Amino acid sequence: MPGTTVTEIRMHGRGGQGAVIASRLLATAAFLEDKGVQTFPTFGVERRGAPVAAFVRIGTSRIRDRSGAMKPHHVVVLDPSLLDAVDVFAGLRADGTVLVNAPQPPSIRRDGAAVAWIDASAIAVRRGLGTRATPIINTAILGAFARVTGVVKLESVLEAIRRGVSTKLEENLAAARDAYESAAVVPPGKATA
Amino acid sequence: MRDVITGNEAVAWGAARARAQVVPAYPITPQTTIIEGIADLIKKGELKAEYIPVESEHSAMAACIGAAYAGARAFTATSSQGLLLMHELLHWAALARVPIVMAEVNRAVAPGWTIWTDQNDSLAQRDTGWIQLYCQDAQEVFDTTVQAFRIAEEVDLPVMIVLDAFVLSHTAEPVDVPDAADVDRFLPPRKPKFVLDVDNPCAFGGLNGPDVYQEFRFNQQASMTAALEAARRSDNDWAKMFGRRYGLIEEYRTEGADTILVASATPASTAQDVVDKLRAKGKKVGLVRVRLFRPFPAVELRKALAGAKRVAVLDRNISPGHHGIFCEELKSALYGMPKAPEVRGFIGGLGGRDLTPDSIEEVFDRAMGPKKEEEIAWIGHKA
Repeated sequence: MPGTTVTEIRMHGRGGQGAVIASRLLATAAFLEDKGVQTFPTFGVERRGAPVAAFVRIGTSRIRDRSGAMKPHHVVVLDPSLLDAVDVFAGLRADGTVLVNAPQPPSIRRDGAAVAWIDASAIAVRRGLGTRATPIINTAILGAFARVTGVVKLESVLEAIRRGVSTKLEENLAAARDAYESAAVVPPGKATA
Repeated sequence: MRDVITGNEAVAWGAARARAQVVPAYPITPQTTIIEGIADLIKKGELKAEYIPVESEHSAMAACIGAAYAGARAFTATSSQGLLLMHELLHWAALARVPIVMAEVNRAVAPGWTIWTDQNDSLAQRDTGWIQLYCQDAQEVFDTTVQAFRIAEEVDLPVMIVLDAFVLSHTAEPVDVPDAADVDRFLPPRKPKFVLDVDNPCAFGGLNGPDVYQEFRFNQQASMTAALEAARRSDNDWAKMFGRRYGLIEEYRTEGADTILVASATPASTAQDVVDKLRAKGKKVGLVRVRLFRPFPAVELRKALAGAKRVAVLDRNISPGHHGIFCEELKSALYGMPKAPEVRGFIGGLGGRDLTPDSIEEVFDRAMGPKKEEEIAWIGHKA
């Protein structure tokens, strides 16, 4: 339909970390708001621990563009070690947002882009999701995403988790709520590089 | 149920709602999540079917044929090298006139080793006697899987539902899966004309001399022609019950168009955005998506393309030594048509190379430009 407005999101994670599940939950959250949605992983083979990406398109009506080409409005980084491994700003739109799971405000910067952070790993560990070495952060990160971008409502994220997560449901819901409360945008000028 | 599911999950739900009774299958990327999905739906009680893990795709199709002979609704899924290994039995299924339905996830053929999409695997089965339907989104995949059984059982021919690797098979989007009772009204249980039955013995596939074989082919061709109407009816009835219609071909903004793009599968979906963009700039362009490839909807295509000055065909496949396969099929369908549009063939997206809105716009631009010397124009090609 002419006039469809599409928001594009790219998630960076490591194989096995839940980027694909997080992107599916995000698409489901937007679907629950009657938006057109589409989500897909990097096409091909996923290796545990290797950098992977997953993609979400959210539109005001049905999404017809089925190309992999994406200029994301928002980028989500599930693992701070990826900041040294991949260019998370690649293709990001001028007024885009990069949300990073990190223990402290990340020092990445690019003109025009907002940088936000959440210690999703600490929240996950506190809520008993995964272990300190391998926390399961895909629900926490979505709570933070809802807060810093406003692309979806927290209530929609919670409902998507209820539909799509079968184990430790209460803990996952709590993690998303915690992250929603504590996600923060890094003040301009604070970071360097 | 309405949820965000992948094309492959939509196939599994389609097989379940069609109440497939026998599912022999052998896994291959990117088809694997279809048969995992079916196994999961059987475990959850959504589908009561005999699931047979077989030792090869050749055996998968052989088991489908046996099950269909015995009167069962048989379903399987495969991809690329697996489909090629099945080739002998694809002919067998079509001449044995068994209404098997198979999902085929378009994956390019090796070598070099590849798991990404193009159409050479399914189009290489063009002359096996299978009906072929190409889908562009996950909802259509679900709907077509159920529709396919209606068509197959009406004309006694097998049907292949084709979906692009990853771009459709592994991409999740909203899909409506109607209740089983509603789908039952669209697709009642199979009523086979002949059944392999130990209590009523008869021979299947016996020796046919030159005195009878040709008539089998004649009858098969007649049924293929009847399949056009069967596919139309299946789609119309589906639209009446579930509100979604696809047609044998799908026209998009072709009214008053000088230049029409003919495409199939997911690139045709992306092309709708491109048509809107060019129309907004005042360009008289339109799009025709070929959904049914066999039998070939020549009459519909002639009608849809009448009045266009030129037609660009985007093929994600190639018949080496000749042209893109949809392009050749279309030229043959338009041959002899008064004031037939000029047809130009474009090839791109092979082995999963991305067909972006920009690359599809390039097809329109080149089609509308002065005629080039080359017979085949390559898109997104590295010199």
